[in-house]
Amino acid sequence: MTDVLAITEHRRGDLRDVSYEVITAGRQLADESGGDLHLAVISGNATGFADDLNREGVDYVHTVSEGEEFNHDVYTQAIEALHAELDPEVVLMPNSVNGLDYAPAVANRLDLPLATDAVGIEYGDSLTVTREMYGSKVETTVEVGGDQQAVTIRGAEWSAAEGVGDAEISEFEADIDTDTGSRVTGFEEVGGGDVDISDAEFLISIGRGIEEEENLPLIEDLVEATDATLSSSRPIVDNGWLPKNRQVGQSGKVVTPDVYLAIGISGAVQHVAGMKGSDTIIAINTDPNAPIFDIADYGIVGDLFEVVPELIEQFE
Amino acid sequence: MKVLVTVKEVAEVADDFEIEGTEVGERYLEYDLNEWDDYAVEEAVQLKEDGPADEVVSVTIGPERADETIRMALAKGADRAVRVWDDALEGVDLLDVETKTNLLAAVVEEEEPDLVLTGVQAGDDAFGATGVSLADEIGFQWGAVVNALDFDADEGVASVHRELEGGVEELTDIDVPAVLTIQTGINEPRYASLRGIRQAQSKEIAPKTLADIGLDADAVESDLTMTSMYEPESESDAEIFEGDASETAGKLAEVLREKGVAQ
Ligand SMILES: Cc1cc2nc3c(=O)[nH]c(=O)nc-3n(C[C@H](O)[C@H](O)[C@H](O)COP(=O)(O)OP(=O)(O)OC[C@H]3O[C@@H](n4cnc5c(N)ncnc54)[C@H](O)[C@@H]3O)c2cc1C
Repeated sequence: MTDVLAITEHRRGDLRDVSYEVITAGRQLADESGGDLHLAVISGNATGFADDLNREGVDYVHTVSEGEEFNHDVYTQAIEALHAELDPEVVLMPNSVNGLDYAPAVANRLDLPLATDAVGIEYGDSLTVTREMYGSKVETTVEVGGDQQAVTIRGAEWSAAEGVGDAEISEFEADIDTDTGSRVTGFEEVGGGDVDISDAEFLISIGRGIEEEENLPLIEDLVEATDATLSSSRPIVDNGWLPKNRQVGQSGKVVTPDVYLAIGISGAVQHVAGMKGSDTIIAINTDPNAPIFDIADYGIVGDLFEVVPELIEQFE
Repeated sequence: MKVLVTVKEVAEVADDFEIEGTEVGERYLEYDLNEWDDYAVEEAVQLKEDGPADEVVSVTIGPERADETIRMALAKGADRAVRVWDDALEGVDLLDVETKTNLLAAVVEEEEPDLVLTGVQAGDDAFGATGVSLADEIGFQWGAVVNALDFDADEGVASVHRELEGGVEELTDIDVPAVLTIQTGINEPRYASLRGIRQAQSKEIAPKTLADIGLDADAVESDLTMTSMYEPESESDAEIFEGDASETAGKLAEVLREKGVAQ
């Protein structure tokens, strides 16, 4: 029998979507391997979350009450203890920012081979994980050897588990040292300011294809001619060319306009996380293989410095 | 205080490329300093300029060609560099997290830094895990995805912002020694000046084999095997406008009008 232990995630009192996605991924693995799916919820209102996590396909929910907000030392120790008790084949964790803060430590401490950011998993004779490389330009399959493994899964790749299950819910008592070398002292919201791009109906979004700040006015002319709202991918904000409140993506804003026009944006997963809910997606990019075209409804394979001036002319 | 900053030479794939076996054909690859590491180098050099750090050592795992990349770190202000490579690594097609952890841990043992800075992830294999794995291995504290750092040398505490999802940052105090994985946007990486580039030529890049850092071939035995590489099948049903710039722009304008977002 080969069991799966999946770790859920919550922040500031709410379970995050990926918690239901690890259930789906974990159930799939457990089915393929003929084992049970164990779920763990650590810190915060762990016991309070348990009922909501008891969804179809979950066999056990283990709650660990130690710790208030996320702390990687508490998570690492809790998972270490759960692993010793349950001896699962696979530990599944979210490839979230917090996942990146504890999963590698868990794998190292338990001496498990680690495959991160999985977009597919399969349990046949052994565990096979599908990952992307080179900014989503290629996909790879990776066989993960060893008797037990650790995998982090990309958010939104598996559907959220639904329904009500009949899992056994129990408090897991772990001996956890909370006197740790890192202490969360608070949270801060960023990216307020003049406009709220999440309200816009028509977003013109610019990426690194613009090359230099001097080229930004070209896009601003288009924004003006079409009465759109300007947003961008992360490098534009990192470079200080636009303020943080214009950033679309995982660490920026989630937007759902009627039309999202992505100019010189490759479509990295963390960018797509913020805009894939747009009604109509249009991309202008010189690279016909840019991942943005995979989610686009319309596209121009071409140089923005040629296309954008022509487009401006159309609206003047 | 000594700061060790890990850098990686990453491969970027040309717009058109071919896959040969489980690799992208060498002629379609261009090498550069990993984007995230550039910010880590800058943060380390600023720690030196601002006082807390006395020395910045940069370390990379890579073949001789990687000297070019590590020279960029030297040109930007790192004092010296260590490059780990070995014949045993030559045939490995996927350097997994465990391998990188073993190699870097051995370098940490030699260098005894107080602070290790790494990039959040590498742009090519994108594991995003080496920094935290290394921290656990060497018994340092850590913080992942750091986009602001305020270092208190007297207290030995790094006050950081960790950039979470959805425009929320977590404020955390981390005891040193620590490993921090650095997110883009934390600073403005400098360009290497001509003077810096010239100076870098005379700075030391110490090549080290496994034996030099007290390891044997076991340290690079990986449980991860890449079994295939392919271009993802596009599920796209995107309508691609054909024609020259004015034709494609015309069609795009039509769509925008149809959707009612622009007149
Ligand atoms: C933890 C984490 C969080 C992140 N959060 C975010 C986030 O919230 N938002 C975000 O956007 N990114 C985020 N990123 C960064 C993300 O991984 C990418 O680095 C980023 O999205 C790339 O931006 P880009 O598409 O503008 O640049 P690139 O990937 O460099 O793409 C530029 C594109 O422009 C095209 N191009 C070049 N010249 C032209 C031209 N003349 N005409 C037309 N096209 C051209 C190129 O073909 C290429 O496709 C995050 C990363 C991490 C690790």
